[in-house]
Amino acid sequence: MTKPPVLILGARSDIGKAAAHQFAALGHPIQLAARRAETLEADKSDIELRHGVGVSLHEFDALQVTTHAAFVDRLPVLPQIAVCAVGLMGEQSENERDPDKAVRVMRSNYEGPAGILAALANRFEERGDGTLVGISSAAGERGRAANYVYGSAKAGFTAFLSGLRNRLAKKGVHVVTVLPGFVATQMTEGMNLPARLTAQPDEVSTAIARAVEKKQHVIYVRPIWRVIMTIIRNIPERMFKGMRV
Amino acid sequence: MRLSGWGRYPVIEACVHRPRSIAALRAVVRAQPSLIARGNGRAYGDSAINPAATVETRHLNRMLAFDRERGRLIAEAGVLLGDVIAVFLPQGWFPWVTPGTKFVTLGGAIAADVHGKNHHKDGSFRSCVDWIEVMDADGVVTRCSRDQRPALFEHTIGGMGLTGVITRAAIRLRPVETAWISRTTHPAPHLKAAMAIFETAQDAAYSVAWIDCLAVGANLGRSLVMLGEHTALADLPREQRQTPFVTPARRKRTAPFDFPAFALNRFTVRAFNALYYRAGSRKTGMQRVDWDSYFYPLDAISAWNRIYGRNGLAQFQCVLPLDASEAGLSSLLKAVADAGAGSFLAVLKRFGAQHSAFSFPMSGYTLALDFPVNPKTLSLLIELDRITLSYGGRFYLAKDGRLSAATFAASDDRIDAFRRRRAEHHWQDKFSSAQSQRLAL
Repeated sequence: MTKPPVLILGARSDIGKAAAHQFAALGHPIQLAARRAETLEADKSDIELRHGVGVSLHEFDALQVTTHAAFVDRLPVLPQIAVCAVGLMGEQSENERDPDKAVRVMRSNYEGPAGILAALANRFEERGDGTLVGISSAAGERGRAANYVYGSAKAGFTAFLSGLRNRLAKKGVHVVTVLPGFVATQMTEGMNLPARLTAQPDEVSTAIARAVEKKQHVIYVRPIWRVIMTIIRNIPERMFKGMRV
Repeated sequence: MRLSGWGRYPVIEACVHRPRSIAALRAVVRAQPSLIARGNGRAYGDSAINPAATVETRHLNRMLAFDRERGRLIAEAGVLLGDVIAVFLPQGWFPWVTPGTKFVTLGGAIAADVHGKNHHKDGSFRSCVDWIEVMDADGVVTRCSRDQRPALFEHTIGGMGLTGVITRAAIRLRPVETAWISRTTHPAPHLKAAMAIFETAQDAAYSVAWIDCLAVGANLGRSLVMLGEHTALADLPREQRQTPFVTPARRKRTAPFDFPAFALNRFTVRAFNALYYRAGSRKTGMQRVDWDSYFYPLDAISAWNRIYGRNGLAQFQCVLPLDASEAGLSSLLKAVADAGAGSFLAVLKRFGAQHSAFSFPMSGYTLALDFPVNPKTLSLLIELDRITLSYGGRFYLAKDGRLSAATFAASDDRIDAFRRRRAEHHWQDKFSSAQSQRLAL
């Protein structure tokens, strides 16, 4: 029995790639979507050879929000599961001074991901089933000096996913919010991350597959992050504002 | 960050790059004045470390095409041999040549021109390589093979990454009927007997000996010689013939911490060796062993290198020419036994003929030993270097982190030609490792 396809948005990212391998290993055909999709040919043959599933490539620009509905219509098959791994951290210091850079970070982490998931949500709702997975961030749980431009956009995306889940709960469509904590990816390379708190991309993708199967709502990858974020959310503001976190 | 090889000695502060694409790799190669490629870090010493720029190829790990008629795989350099096995063994294919760990990259296997238990019959990794693509100092990728740019091909194989960055390769796999190996164990009371078994077993697909380095006198070189063949489908028990590639999953273990320095000493190692020899001598019949346990016994214990303590382990592997092997090996084993520095993992292997410009193997016998790093073993290793040189032997660079430039230069008459070629092609300025700098390559 052939399984339904899984769409990976932001397929060039390390988490996107790991998710593609994870679902391919479970037997799902894969649709890889990214800008300059033709440069993903090597990933296509790799996934096909390793997992024996079909892979198709789809040109996709998260920032061209007005094209998203047409993008979904052009897919050869409407996927059963869509994973959005689109994101951009930027440099906080640049984001503070350069409004163009800040806006790009905001759009890449909120507007683009929300736009494409909105388009997919409408089709999934019509069909009456499907799962949407949004990779948001623990950074969206509370704004911090270190990365609040990125964090605020992720906060918006987290709220969007929550609302989408609420709207679609009775329509057979499930929404998973992933708050991965630190992950060893290209985005965090060169940052000095504590090893015990830092997940590998394949831990994230394993957690995603489990969340899809078990219809979990909001997941952290390493359990310690649920504890950390509970603490961070509950620190009184008058203390929090003076802290270096 | 602080980098070391699998032996965890030496440890060197190095700047690490992890390109995700050929274009990103090219940008690093063009920007960095001096660099070395690094695969999965399984060379033991400092072969894959350049303090100025170490370029990890692990993200360039995509399989690109597989020809099911010929068993030929085209893949990027960062693909692990273990991944190749995971994908293709269920389809009836196994690597032609594999070292003692499956956690090596194709690029690393080519650069070190690794060998396996079948070298006497099939040669080194080179035998299964059809072509290689190498990025030069300007970021230009050239494909080379036995017919096309043969000099680049020959010097890249065994060239320790010093001819450029290997980006892709085409390798051939071996058809197998099952995932099992039929193994026989042959006890040899001393070195001469062990060598006699190797010489009469030239037709065996695989041969290797575990050697007791603490046995002395008449027992010097006491060994268990293990021969292996790929098990044919017809030789599997009837109930397994429907699923010839299914083997029991191995339990994964981890060395939980660095063992204290006193854990490995002449008494514990001697006791272990004596028990192991006696146990092995009792199991002389044919045993069927799954591929993973047979080829990669240590891979089941992740971080096994930690049993050698926090100072790390020093590997020693040399090869001696055939006619000097018996006398040379006796002399090496005697030096080890006299020092009382027992090595858990002492391995003896017959090499067959080898044709290549800079690879380690030659027709003769290779001896691999490892020791916890301490001042006593480091001075023993210098003595082993001296003995190796006096019998015309040479050293395996993938296991070295401590040879002196003078010893190395005296060990191999191919070094000057390799150096000249590096100078001619301007590889010397761009591609170097802590090891090549130490050895003045």
